[in-house]
Amino acid sequence: MSKSGIFTSSLAKKYWMALTGLFLITFLVGHLLGNLQLITKTGEEGRRAFNEYAYFMGHNIFIKILAYLTYFSILAHAIIGLYLAVQNKKARPKNYAYNKPSANSSTASRNMAILGTLILIFICTHMANFWYKQKVAETVPLHILHKEITEQQQNPMTGQLMEQKIGINYVLTTKGDYMPKSYTDPNTGKDVELMDVKEGTHLYDKKAELQVGEGYRDLHTVVMNFFGQSQQGQPTNDLALWAVILYVISMFVLMFHLWHGFASSFQSLGLNHIRYNGFINILGKIFSIVVPLLFAIIPVMIYLNR
Amino acid sequence: MASKTININLKIWRQKNANSKGSMETYKLDNVSTDSSFLEMLDQLNEQLVNERQEPIAFDHDCREGICGMCSLYINGEAHGPDRAITTCQLHMRKFKDGETIYVEPWRAKAFPVIKDLVVDRSAFDRIQQAGGFVSVNTSGRTMDANAIPIGKAEADKAFEAATCIGCGACVASCVNASAMLFVSAKVSQLALLPQGQVEAHQRVLNMVKQMDEEGFGNCTNTGACAVECPKEISLENIARMNREYFRAMVTAE
Repeated sequence: MSKSGIFTSSLAKKYWMALTGLFLITFLVGHLLGNLQLITKTGEEGRRAFNEYAYFMGHNIFIKILAYLTYFSILAHAIIGLYLAVQNKKARPKNYAYNKPSANSSTASRNMAILGTLILIFICTHMANFWYKQKVAETVPLHILHKEITEQQQNPMTGQLMEQKIGINYVLTTKGDYMPKSYTDPNTGKDVELMDVKEGTHLYDKKAELQVGEGYRDLHTVVMNFFGQSQQGQPTNDLALWAVILYVISMFVLMFHLWHGFASSFQSLGLNHIRYNGFINILGKIFSIVVPLLFAIIPVMIYLNR
Repeated sequence: MASKTININLKIWRQKNANSKGSMETYKLDNVSTDSSFLEMLDQLNEQLVNERQEPIAFDHDCREGICGMCSLYINGEAHGPDRAITTCQLHMRKFKDGETIYVEPWRAKAFPVIKDLVVDRSAFDRIQQAGGFVSVNTSGRTMDANAIPIGKAEADKAFEAATCIGCGACVASCVNASAMLFVSAKVSQLALLPQGQVEAHQRVLNMVKQMDEEGFGNCTNTGACAVECPKEISLENIARMNREYFRAMVTAE
């Protein structure tokens, strides 16, 4: 056969864009379902559920494989996409003096590279704010539980027995033999007591490889504080309102990108048939509105409930 | 019905030759019959220019019946003008208003260099066609009647629709990426759908796409502008078919 090359030909690049794009679409669904726990569950239950979920996502082998596939897809989609954009720009060195592209195509479809670049910038800031803190810098504090214990004390003046409330802080940890002997809360500077977690209640996936005695990272609190909700005595983000606004704008950009990208990926893979075109188009439009909208609601709700 | 006349202003791309810079020039043309075609209007303008001892405007045209694919022109921001499913020769001046300013430009693409004024070199399409747009036919004197091979009605219709492509280049001109995928996919499809086209099917799509890439056309981003502006209404379905054909050939061709 003639040397077609699975990377070099224009059509092969389309396949890569479509496949990585479709994979990232499925990633969005998973990510959204995880994020929705931030608003569907409240209080300590919500914090615990989200942090346990975050732990599971970081320790399950299958999730890890999916994570590396996601990193690969983002990089490949961005690099090939930008390369294609440069090639496409070169294909028309002189522009029209008068052009009316709105007569024949949608704005989103003609600006996929710009929309994609904005999304890439968003992904970079998004990963710096959460992923980097959780995975690389490990600056996310441990999940600390506050428990109120009542103690009976004798009043030295009257000799009466009184109930006095004493608060004790614990660190929520995974099950294991080894327990860190002590933990200093980075915010209060105080040593806190540690406790084990009951078997069977602490993880969704019991087969996941656990670091014995490892503390859960309190990503929930980091997220809440980032979007302006003060929790666990942590200082809130001064720029929370801007964080929310930029997040919502980014989701609008994502909406436009998906508005064209969803159905376009099927066309690139050669899946175009009158029997299912309508279904793909409608599903794509619904997906492109519903998913970014649900993503955007989360930080808005967090901010409004601060 | 009595014919109406309109007065128009024209902004037309003038370029002496392939190497010169070129610019948009303004012309005024009075008493244009609304029944005249766009090309007849340009004839009228050229007559006026010749009378004024000026160089007439060069533009491509041949049959003036909408079947040869020779005429081009990017009129008011759209290939073959504002109307649908027609070539420029079938565009009538009744589509324009009295006193309107009309922009006329050549196809803009790296693979379609301007030769002079509104004329571009579309031989890139010929080279793509030569790379694989053919079938092997026994010409030894015992040539088989094409109609002796049964072909399903649906396939025959789709092949015929693809074959109506006249290779005018409106798809490339309209595409934000100057991509030639609609043209190439039509030429691949018209043969891929028929039994006669199966012998070279793999090599055809690989070679034609390779040639398309080498000519410097852009990549498809599925905007769909090509199919909207195509005078023969070639469907995007053909691009999807080419994508399938290419994938099959890429993974199975010997």
